[in-house]
Amino acid sequence: MATAVSIAAEREHYLNKEYGIRSWLLTTDHKRIALLYLASITFFFFIGGFFALLIRLELLTPAGDLVQADTYNKLFTMHGVIMVFFFLIPAVPAVLGNFLVPLMIGARDLAFPKINLLSWYCYIAGGILVLHAMLTGGLDTGWTFYTPFSTAFSNTAVVEAGLGVFINGFSSILTGLNFIVTIHRMRAPGLTWSRLPLFLWSHYATSVIMLLGTPVIAITLVLVVLERAFHLGIFDPTRGGDPLLFQHLFWFYSHPAVYIMILPSMGVVSEIVTCFSRKRVFGYYFVAMASIGIAVIGFFVWAHHMFVAGMSLYAALIFSILSYLVAVPSAIKVFNWTATLYKGSVSFSTPMLYAFGFIGLFTMGGLTGLFLAALGIDVHVTDTYFVVAHFHYIMVGGTVMGYLGGMHYWWPKISGRLYPESWGRLAALIVFLGFNLTFFPQFILGYLGMPRRYWQYPPEFQVLNVLSTAGSTILAVGYLLPMVYFLWSMRYGKLADDNPWNAAGLEWKTTSPPPTFNFEETPVVTWEAYNYNELPALEEVRVER
Amino acid sequence: MFDNFPLWPVRASTTAGSVDALYIFLVLLSAFMSVAIFIMITIFALRYRRRAGREAEQIDGSNVLEFTWSIVPLAIFMVIFVWGARIFFLERTPPRGAAEIYVVAKQWMWKLQHEEGQREINELHVPVGRDVRMIMTSQDVIHSFYVPAFRIKQDVIPGRYTTAWFRATRPGTYHLFCAEYCGTQHSGMIGQVVVMEPAQYQAWLTGGAASGSMAANGQSMFLQLGCNTCHRFDTQGRGPDLVGLFGNKVQLEDGRTIAADENYIRESILNPSAKLVSGFKPIMPVFQGLVSEEQLTALVAYVKSLTPQASGAAGSPSLISPGKQPQEPKE
Repeated sequence: MATAVSIAAEREHYLNKEYGIRSWLLTTDHKRIALLYLASITFFFFIGGFFALLIRLELLTPAGDLVQADTYNKLFTMHGVIMVFFFLIPAVPAVLGNFLVPLMIGARDLAFPKINLLSWYCYIAGGILVLHAMLTGGLDTGWTFYTPFSTAFSNTAVVEAGLGVFINGFSSILTGLNFIVTIHRMRAPGLTWSRLPLFLWSHYATSVIMLLGTPVIAITLVLVVLERAFHLGIFDPTRGGDPLLFQHLFWFYSHPAVYIMILPSMGVVSEIVTCFSRKRVFGYYFVAMASIGIAVIGFFVWAHHMFVAGMSLYAALIFSILSYLVAVPSAIKVFNWTATLYKGSVSFSTPMLYAFGFIGLFTMGGLTGLFLAALGIDVHVTDTYFVVAHFHYIMVGGTVMGYLGGMHYWWPKISGRLYPESWGRLAALIVFLGFNLTFFPQFILGYLGMPRRYWQYPPEFQVLNVLSTAGSTILAVGYLLPMVYFLWSMRYGKLADDNPWNAAGLEWKTTSPPPTFNFEETPVVTWEAYNYNELPALEEVRVER
Repeated sequence: MFDNFPLWPVRASTTAGSVDALYIFLVLLSAFMSVAIFIMITIFALRYRRRAGREAEQIDGSNVLEFTWSIVPLAIFMVIFVWGARIFFLERTPPRGAAEIYVVAKQWMWKLQHEEGQREINELHVPVGRDVRMIMTSQDVIHSFYVPAFRIKQDVIPGRYTTAWFRATRPGTYHLFCAEYCGTQHSGMIGQVVVMEPAQYQAWLTGGAASGSMAANGQSMFLQLGCNTCHRFDTQGRGPDLVGLFGNKVQLEDGRTIAADENYIRESILNPSAKLVSGFKPIMPVFQGLVSEEQLTALVAYVKSLTPQASGAAGSPSLISPGKQPQEPKE
């Protein structure tokens, strides 16, 4: 990667300052660490995606014929573990957040550069353990690790995989800690809280969840390991434990974890929508506070995963009503993004297409969340493909669209090169269509009653499953394309200006790619966020090409 | 492959209609909202697309709009919440006098037993128009009893009873799925619910070779384990009198008062000192690990049958003398 870029420019920047493997593996530069994360999460994304394709191929026919039942169970488990813990949670914060948080606040680096590097090593150590577990016995508990199956019945590498996820959790905690301290302490002069880009508000909210939530899943996984390895009675009822206790602890983190995945992408969308409609965001304070609201209320809705798990009727009522409350800030964001377009100067560049895709798919995911929060309906559709479709709309339709939109938007800053615009638009379109074809049929399957995690299924569900599998192959093409042309652009792409979109935000006021310490001199901020009234739109010259 | 392509699940229980009604409402609401947002975005994006010589108009926001699009959705959400909660109350409140089916789930099989004693595996026969309540537990991991045609689902958990109920409205054969992932053959842990006309059902019920009612089986367990030495049907026993216990309040040694439901009876057999009845000593042996789930459900069914007026039933106190054979129940 470094060699490809080195030819690009003689000016010294973070990519060509040093060469060699040591200069990457021992770097404390937040931008280089962001690229380390980029390479590793991309690796895990394609492993997880490969498992997803095998799952979809197995489900092409009602009979279990492509792989064995146990293999299938391992496939969906590893798909879930890798995608959730090693892709979706770190994707936007650890790559884009790492790269951009210091740049956006005019700082030279994060508050704790060495801890930042440590977080990547935690991620890698956890990842290696999980990969090793995967190759030596696998894991068949589902990514949810439900007890007593995981502690007393599974014959797979639960302890090793659990420890892998546990260690990876520290990467999340350290990143969250770093962001919180950095945003509090290292903002450039004049960059008050009310002038912060919304990307930073959403990363701040995310960091709070990472810091407060992740320890709970860490403790829970340690308890699972203790019960499995040393037969302590914590969750297993035959040893006096309570299996529902596990579910409460697990979801206390894993529901807020959904907000760790979606909030950063919401931040990306706020940046893109404002830039490509040349406007200040509609209702800045409401969008910013909606992030905080989601982070706070998001901690009190976990048991909506457990309405049929044997919880009391009254507990279910409380968690149902709280789940409706957390939907309000999400709705506020969607309305504000839409209103931002009003009387703007809208261009249909690749990042904007991803942002539109995000809004559309996230809206569908959010609306189907209303179904699941309704107790009477949840009883029927929970643990069916309806839930599978719902959370993929949020976590893939939402998070991944935001992540890809952000990658395109900031790619000129990251690499100093432009990607081919027409390929970018084509890929965005393919992803959107492939996604809907993959997951929309699953809503219908779910209401028809097809349970999730089924290796074989009754024949009347086949048509919808075939549609879904067909969609997944289109989606795979859509995801491969950007990787190909991003790599291509590092050598052959046109050189990017410092500010190719003429965007607001401090990250565009330094060179592309930025120098190691980001700014020649510390910027002083005298303007509000998204001051597009002072930044004329570029002519469509570059974008139309 | 295309000859069997349903887009809507069969409706075969009394609650299915109300679940579908709310579902349809939500589908319409979601369709309306998605289309509305889609149209707004399309209109704005096209109407205000970038053109030479036109600049964006800067608008900061509008508190009126913000409060409107916060409060209106919230109000709609509250309507959905109440509607969903009402259905849930219905689903969670079994009518009195429902027939009872005891369900024991294990990897990867459903074992069901009717009160009358008939046992079934992966198949449940029920009559149309009768309330049926299931009392379920698992021998190993968590399973989930799911009949899409009835719109009911309830996790089945080791170490306790969970319950669900339905009233079938339409004869037919419907899927019974395990909906909570339970290991290798999770997707093979399926069965069927056969809903029959009452007359047919009676014929089916008398056709099988039942080995006595559950309560009668429970009574023989009760005698075999020697429970009757302490749990006598007078006030002289070293254990509490069990007649009329089920469904009533129990005063505990620690001062609490609790309702004696199936889970309480279960716990008091397996781990008697957990909730000790006021005035009794913790002398009862622990039965955890000594009785199977099937034996336990029979014991629970027997204790439940011990009502003061049930003179002719299996649990009649007159049958208690040791060594006497349990009788067949009279309907």
